[in-house]
Amino acid sequence: MGPVGRVSTEFFDPTRFLRTWNFSDLPADERAQFYRETPQPDGTTLREYELYAVDREIEIAPGVFFPAWTYNGQVPGPTIRATAGDRVRVNFINQGSHPHGLHFHGWHPPEMDGSLPEHQVMPGESFLYEFDAEPFGLHLYHCHANPLKRHVHKGLYGAFIVDPPSEVARPPADELVMVLNGFDTNFDGDNEVYAANTVASFYMQEPVRVRVGQLVRMYVVNLTEFDLINSMHLHGMFFDVFRTGTSLTPSESTDTIMFCQGERAILETTFRYPGDFMFHGHQSEFAELGWMGLFRAEGTRDT
Amino acid sequence: MTPSHDHRRDGGPSGVDRPGAAKLWALAVLPLLLLAGLLGVLVWAGPADAMRGEGYPPIETLAFQRVALGPDGIVVTVLNDGPDPVTIAQVQVDEAYWSFTAEPGTTLAHLGRTTLTIPYPWVQGDAHALRLVTSTGVTFDHEVAVAVETPTPDAKFFGIFTLIGIYVGVIPVAIGLLWLPLVSRAGRTGLDFLMAVTIGLLLFLLIEAGHDGLEAAALTPSSFQGVALFVFGGLTAFVGLEMVGGWLRTRRRDTEASGGRGWVLAQMVATGIGLHNLGEGLAIGAAFALGEATLGTVLIVGFMLHNTTEGLAIVAPLAKEPVRVSRLLRLGVLGGAPTIVGAWVGGLIYSPIWSVLFLALGAGAIAQVVVQLTRQVVGEESVAGYMTTPPVASGLFAGVTVMYVTGLIVG
Repeated sequence: MGPVGRVSTEFFDPTRFLRTWNFSDLPADERAQFYRETPQPDGTTLREYELYAVDREIEIAPGVFFPAWTYNGQVPGPTIRATAGDRVRVNFINQGSHPHGLHFHGWHPPEMDGSLPEHQVMPGESFLYEFDAEPFGLHLYHCHANPLKRHVHKGLYGAFIVDPPSEVARPPADELVMVLNGFDTNFDGDNEVYAANTVASFYMQEPVRVRVGQLVRMYVVNLTEFDLINSMHLHGMFFDVFRTGTSLTPSESTDTIMFCQGERAILETTFRYPGDFMFHGHQSEFAELGWMGLFRAEGTRDT
Repeated sequence: MTPSHDHRRDGGPSGVDRPGAAKLWALAVLPLLLLAGLLGVLVWAGPADAMRGEGYPPIETLAFQRVALGPDGIVVTVLNDGPDPVTIAQVQVDEAYWSFTAEPGTTLAHLGRTTLTIPYPWVQGDAHALRLVTSTGVTFDHEVAVAVETPTPDAKFFGIFTLIGIYVGVIPVAIGLLWLPLVSRAGRTGLDFLMAVTIGLLLFLLIEAGHDGLEAAALTPSSFQGVALFVFGGLTAFVGLEMVGGWLRTRRRDTEASGGRGWVLAQMVATGIGLHNLGEGLAIGAAFALGEATLGTVLIVGFMLHNTTEGLAIVAPLAKEPVRVSRLLRLGVLGGAPTIVGAWVGGLIYSPIWSVLFLALGAGAIAQVVVQLTRQVVGEESVAGYMTTPPVASGLFAGVTVMYVTGLIVG
């Protein structure tokens, strides 16, 4: 069972994507082309990003290529992470073949919403989005150009994390970004591939490595198109749920959580036992079409 | 027909004012060379690609050839029916990605073929949906409506399919042959009626074969041009049998040894019906192999009634001749036994292309037999005049009605 073969991770490595935000995976000089942070007198930080839309064929299952629309050549787009109160400035360049834009979830004035037809950035043009990062929580960004459904399912979306102010910062943890998505490869309005972070069953072949006894924090955002809901189930474990991440107190403890499109939650857990723990969408169909993976907990209990 | 032919051949000029043989050959080959050059230009310089434009996705077409269910899972033979190469990247069964192996490989050139073995735990009696996902994300679907194990060609397999063939082909035709005494005692009016019944039966079979053949043609991959295959397969059988008939008549005239005019005609009818039954057996065998039919009592009875009338069609031309039992047996085998062969072939190597071809041969053969019979009975009269005599018109009507009603039972 499961897909046959391996995808190339040359252009997009789902394992690297898990723990990357603000282009932290790039060498310093290269990173500076896409991300700069400048401390401000009031103690906040100005965070400047270079995002561009570009058409690219991506491998979503071994040997299956999808003609995607991407932010910076990858699906999901780069994870943007700021602390509440920071200034976020995104210079967006449309290098794609269609009008695109950026629509962030979070507080911002309407002219920064990137959703109305006049907000669309034409191919070859650019736009500077600027707003304060708030409220703290787990958010998202995506293209809001019309037709919306196509612009989202073609791959124009990413996670936007706003950390609580430092005085109430979340405890240190092994942090993982997971964007739940799907791909309609034959354009019949139904997904042929489902995944966490684009590649079908990738984490079945390359388990997500975590430590026994260490707090694991998952930033899970659902951007699956066409299906009303998606979900996540973790085997052998329970997790604390911080819906939309806007509270520091968990709302529930469960092992299965449901998301509508655009819905997201921060999930926290600590692995008790070493070994492999499956996680997947609890729509069996999604799981068997690629939305399935493994955590590999290493170390021993009570260390 | 031969004298005029000979005359033309003998009367032709020989070696006078003709261009040299070498020159003639050069002239014949020149267009072929030009065509080869043009093909070279098309392949290497690629004006077709220029017409298609840059960045167009390839045209991908896959056709399912055979789907077999067994202890190893699902074995699927796939054909690339499109102009461009296709790579099968993944396989889904019932909306789940499943492991598979491909022999000889996953990339198929135009008309290339591969066999996928999918170790899927299929469920007896359930429906299963197969979906092939190509490298560009295009999908091709096939539904297994009712999953049953595909028969393997062992002794039991041949036994069962032989029985099917005997039930629906051999026995009914043999029973039909027993009408011979009735036929030989019939008077002029009775004979006209019986021959008309036969023609009616055959016309009905012809329409049935045309319908089934065109239906099968629609299922064949478009590269095989099913309709053309059917039409020209039928014409080939028609012309071929005309030639055989002509040859048989000439031989008989020469030797006066083997039987009369009726015997030749009976053989032709038996051959035509045999070809038709080959196609019928093929369809039945394939339906069983694909798990799409169960041989219920009603179906057997229907086929028996339906095909018994074929025996009558075979003996009708023998009314005026003494017939030995061995000859009658030979006719029975000629008309009925192909059903057994058809059932074997259909169960083993079913593909719609074979169905089209065999149904076409059957249709052509029957059409030829209808023409033969009509020629014989009409004699010097006009066809229209013959058809409108009361015994003939009622016979035609009776023949068609019998086939229609027995066909209702087969469904």
